[in-house]
Amino acid sequence: MNKTALSLFLAGAITLPGLAQARPVTLTTQLKNYGGEGAYLAIYVTDTKGKYQKTLWVSGKKAKYYKNLRDWARGSGMKPSEFDGVSGASVGSGRSLKVTVDLADALIDAGYEIRVDSAVEDGRDNPADVRTPLTAAGAGKPAAGRGYVQSFVYDM
Amino acid sequence: MLRRIHSLPGLIVALLLAVLALTGAILSVDPAMDRLGTRVPDNGQISVATLADRVARHYPGVEQIQRSPSGSVIVYYSRDGRTGAERIDPLSGQGIGSYAPSAFTRWVKKLHRSLLAGTPGQAVAGVSALAMLALCLSGMALLARRVGGWRQLARPLRGNFSQRWHAELGRLALAGLLVSAVTGLYMSAATFGLVADGMQNEPDFPTAAATGPAAPIGTLPALLATDLNDLRELVYPSPGNPEDFYSLRTAQGDGYVDQATGALLSWRAHDGVHRAYELIYQLHTGEGLWWLGLFLGLSVLSVPLMGVTGVSMWWQRRRSMPRIADNSGPQSADTVILVGSEGNSTWGFAKALHDALRQAGQRVHTVSINQLATEYRQARHLFILTSTYGEGDAPASANRFLARLDGFAGTHRPSFAVLGFGDRQFPKFCQFARDVQDALLERGWHRSLDLGTVDRQSAQAFAQWGQAVGQLLGHELTLAYAPTLPPTQALELIERIDYGAQVQAPTSILRFGPIVPQNRIARFRRLIGLNGLPRFEAGDLVGVVPPGSPVPRFYSLASGAKDGFLEICVRKQPGGLCSQMLHGLKPGERIEVFIRSNPDFRPASGKSSVILIGAGAGIGPLAGFIRNNTGKYPMYLYWGGRDPASDFLYEPELGEYLADRRLTQLHAVFSRVKEGAYVQDRVLDNASQMRRLIENGAQILVCGSRAMAGSIMQAMEGILSPIGLDVRTLKLQGRYREDVY
Repeated sequence: MNKTALSLFLAGAITLPGLAQARPVTLTTQLKNYGGEGAYLAIYVTDTKGKYQKTLWVSGKKAKYYKNLRDWARGSGMKPSEFDGVSGASVGSGRSLKVTVDLADALIDAGYEIRVDSAVEDGRDNPADVRTPLTAAGAGKPAAGRGYVQSFVYDM
Repeated sequence: MLRRIHSLPGLIVALLLAVLALTGAILSVDPAMDRLGTRVPDNGQISVATLADRVARHYPGVEQIQRSPSGSVIVYYSRDGRTGAERIDPLSGQGIGSYAPSAFTRWVKKLHRSLLAGTPGQAVAGVSALAMLALCLSGMALLARRVGGWRQLARPLRGNFSQRWHAELGRLALAGLLVSAVTGLYMSAATFGLVADGMQNEPDFPTAAATGPAAPIGTLPALLATDLNDLRELVYPSPGNPEDFYSLRTAQGDGYVDQATGALLSWRAHDGVHRAYELIYQLHTGEGLWWLGLFLGLSVLSVPLMGVTGVSMWWQRRRSMPRIADNSGPQSADTVILVGSEGNSTWGFAKALHDALRQAGQRVHTVSINQLATEYRQARHLFILTSTYGEGDAPASANRFLARLDGFAGTHRPSFAVLGFGDRQFPKFCQFARDVQDALLERGWHRSLDLGTVDRQSAQAFAQWGQAVGQLLGHELTLAYAPTLPPTQALELIERIDYGAQVQAPTSILRFGPIVPQNRIARFRRLIGLNGLPRFEAGDLVGVVPPGSPVPRFYSLASGAKDGFLEICVRKQPGGLCSQMLHGLKPGERIEVFIRSNPDFRPASGKSSVILIGAGAGIGPLAGFIRNNTGKYPMYLYWGGRDPASDFLYEPELGEYLADRRLTQLHAVFSRVKEGAYVQDRVLDNASQMRRLIENGAQILVCGSRAMAGSIMQAMEGILSPIGLDVRTLKLQGRYREDVY
């Protein structure tokens, strides 16, 4: 192992404690039948004050619309490294999105929450469309959205 | 080639373009509707801060304000955990109704952008825009070629229904179609990232956190400094997050506004690429330019009609292309026929020649002029049958003639004869046929027959030329050109009035009516206004197929279908198969007819004067025009007969028309009376009146024999030259039209 790789590993270990202990989490987002174009979604973890921690999933392929997922865009800086490998197509009206991602154990029951930002062309932007605490007990309990999201649930 | 560039994409994408055009036309109404429902304040009247202050009073939970390019303002808010959106009056900040884009509009937009087929559909729509651009450009070039040059593009058009409407609509809609195609293509390219749209140049998020408690929005300097008419979008900070900012998007650029100080934190002005994209987007959608939107919408409505007429023209061309049977190879043939044709009608004649020569035992090779070989080893005779395109140009299948001719390397040259096809009403009648002959003579080819010409597909002229060819080849040659006839309808003679027998010009006015069975269906048809006649107007042609000849004869109609009868005026020609038959008809007897429209020969709509000139039976359509002149526009009739006692055709009717002012002046002149004169003499007598009428925009319609039309044209040249005009110019303007035989 060369020096650079080693230091990267160490840096990772500091910012994401317990990387080794991660578990698969299934995120299910059901959209309302709002009737417009496909919705752009950002599912991410923040602390209770809304400070951005980690991106779980981004729906929508055109980076030029990411600014409309405002809180996430601001927190992540829209850096491709933040959502590398955890992005996909936008989600149609009335459709649901179900993805499974790895989530570090250290983020669970540690005062963090999952947020969903949503945006649709010619429609409103919904920063924090969904806010739900990230706890083992909260798993499987649907949270209602206030924008385009009907309900959001995570299972682990 | 140009035609193929035009018709191939046309055929492939006609249906797609019709869908895109119709959806586009529907969407084009939106900006105007949007604008209608909005009060737009003057520039400098309301700042974004003022608006936001008013909005805050009505919508405490406001999250976002959007302003459409048309000026309507939408507020997105949440109240008691529920979200809402309302259109507001920008002047008061008060709601004027909830905002929800209609499902229909959204569906139409989706159909327009992607044919409801996602990304592949978007790609298809983009390719269609490219095809539309190609169709516009090639269509424009075709039209210019057809009318004889770019400067003539505005001149009146001729042709059958499809040809005329296709070109007419294309000409009217061209500007709108070009704008729609080019902007649509650009937007499609931007969607697929093939061109930059400048949208990715975002202002950076501010690094410094807000500097204190939030200030009332109405006091924020950055918002006070922004005029409402420049606003695109204002997004409020998350409630309860003191570190958040307002994001502000305007016509000039984007940035963030500190919620405590109201300072503009991170501004990024739009660059040229971004502005160009926005302009192109506006040009395409008409957003904020409602009048342009409506203009484009109206223009693209022509697309489905152009698709239908275009496909129908293609089909007509294809159908008129006959199959040449037993075509010999170029080197084994003793006779070569080369065909120059634009609309394929010349091929019908070539096939008749081909078949007749084959029957006579010849080995015949028939191809288009562009397939002229580099040598003909055995050919003794070369026949070139060609039409002329536009102002003396080569038709499509002959446009490489000169190059091919220069490539001819054979030591042995067949002797040649050229037969030109055309319409004498065009100034350069059979010009290309002449050019072909000259080119061959210049290169030392031997001419076996003088140039022959066929006016308006005359089967008689073609048969005469065939006799000359027969003499050349030393055997009888009968050319039977039989055009494919449209379906015919039987009509019954209901009345005839005979004139002119005493002056050796027996002429009859024949009136035919429909054969209507006395049953319930017929009664119902009469009830809804169908009188059993085909559709026609005075000046159109009726085709009559005489017994014993496959070739129809055409007569100009003296009535319209609305008159309830079909009327023709026929001079009995010595030896004339068809006119003899018609003159022998008794009331109650039937003939088979079909209609060929002749839309170029009728008075143009409008109030300008019409000068009608004719002789003998040529009065037929002219009398029809006068009968239908219910608007009582000025009409002047010059007509020549032989003797008022015998062949004054339509005398009682013309008196009636003068009395009720459907006819302004009647100049009837007779040749077989004392101090007799011809119609051209009377026209010359009235030269000054004629000049005055023409200077005031009058149009001239001439109907009669070719000889008479020639004399009239000569007389008119003399009349026109003092005012710096000539017949050619009037013809180009569509103000001098002839129907001659």
